[in-house]
Amino acid sequence: MVIAQNLYPASGNFERVNSFKVLNMQEFSSYNLSIKNEITVSSKAPPLEEFGEAAIWQILETVCDPEVPVLSILDLGIVRNVKQLPYTLLGNEGTDVGVEIIITPTYSGCPAMDMISMNIKLAMAEQGYKNVKITFILSPAWTTDWMSEAGKEKLKAYGIAPPNIRQQVCNNNLFAPDEAVACPHCNSFHTHRISEFGSTACKALYQCDDCKEPFDYFKCH
Amino acid sequence: MGEPEISNIKKTYEQSGSSKVLPCREDIGGFLLHLADTTLILSQRNSEWCGHGPVLEQDIALTNISLDLLGQSRYFYQYAANLINLSTDQPEHRATEDSLAYLRKERAFKNLLLTEHPNGDWGQTILRQYLFSQYQYLLFIQLQQSNDEQLVAITAKALKEISYHVRWSSEWVIRLGDGTLESHQRMLQAVLALWSYTGEMFVAADYEIGMSIDFTALKNEWLKNVNIIFDAAILSIPENVFMQTGGKNGIHTEHMGYILAELQYVQRAYPNSEW
Repeated sequence: MVIAQNLYPASGNFERVNSFKVLNMQEFSSYNLSIKNEITVSSKAPPLEEFGEAAIWQILETVCDPEVPVLSILDLGIVRNVKQLPYTLLGNEGTDVGVEIIITPTYSGCPAMDMISMNIKLAMAEQGYKNVKITFILSPAWTTDWMSEAGKEKLKAYGIAPPNIRQQVCNNNLFAPDEAVACPHCNSFHTHRISEFGSTACKALYQCDDCKEPFDYFKCH
Repeated sequence: MGEPEISNIKKTYEQSGSSKVLPCREDIGGFLLHLADTTLILSQRNSEWCGHGPVLEQDIALTNISLDLLGQSRYFYQYAANLINLSTDQPEHRATEDSLAYLRKERAFKNLLLTEHPNGDWGQTILRQYLFSQYQYLLFIQLQQSNDEQLVAITAKALKEISYHVRWSSEWVIRLGDGTLESHQRMLQAVLALWSYTGEMFVAADYEIGMSIDFTALKNEWLKNVNIIFDAAILSIPENVFMQTGGKNGIHTEHMGYILAELQYVQRAYPNSEW
């Protein structure tokens, strides 16, 4: 099903573009979810001297991974830096604060990245930040070691086994014994791997031998 | 949209002074397109299995690998497009990742012949993935020594994914080679079908000469690893096989046109349409 909708672009300046774009259903629903109310890009944008990095990190905390919605992008560890831009760079008049948010992808082919950067822009716009530039960096490459402890607990509560610590268990040996992954439902370590590749690139499929429940494991990377 | 101009990238870089920011060697544009095309075409081939895998979990595994390869190819295309755009001030020569993937002709594609080979049965698909992933893993490790920061960043990220691909595909080569009579027979056929397309991986194209890749070491290391897996799979490396070449320089097998026809149809039929 395809729905036509006015959409803010994933990149570029919010104010200048009002293009008509065709969305597929998945994009549309996430778009709807992210805009709870009509966006008011208004005069509440803080003046330059009040650039509050802490406030921006709080806004980013509200942006979720579309594929694992219990995790914020901060829990995932994909936000690497927040910087203030000289606002003239964005070609805007006035005193809006220009913000550059630097993120790194989890996997090269992760289809959520475009949606995440759009959601960041929407969340920032809701708080009055109009000039937001999203920059992707690849190096250093993302690792599950950057996932927050709170994030790991949320994952487990959501039914996904959180990643083990990479250095201790990841190896490339063939037919290596399965990692000891605790079942997120009954905490048993008596589990086995069904497949190294699960419902998304970042997960493997496991099953618990005690409670018999199949579960996703957010694999160490 | 004209064919991208990549020959004068280095010159422009030096003129603009950008080389200090992003070290760029001669002809890296051609090398980037080779890497991008190779990962794109293998991704496209593997994705043909979507919904047709022998069991659901392995169907998902192969399409996950497809997605990784597609992500890698996007980075290479994006980087190549940036370099092309730095080297031209003519709008009609500007490139994007999409124009490079969707609007170049067969002779401009520099992918390895191995990646365009039809899927065949599951055994052939598995073996093709293994032979390629093993090569890609070793090549990308060598590229970590490159002085091109962006190339190092892309390949370092990709290596984490490729190590999963190597492990998954080697396990399957062994499982099938040392499996039933039927699966063993099919793997023997797969080796015969694919081996002649492995030679060009180790023959440097013009655009690879400045990349300081040690092709002799790459080949020896690759053969050593393949031998280990083949031993475990009760397969052997065929001897005296004539090696096909050409893919790296745009001379493709008869299968390539069909892949591009499917891959590029929508952009060709409805130019500039967006998803």
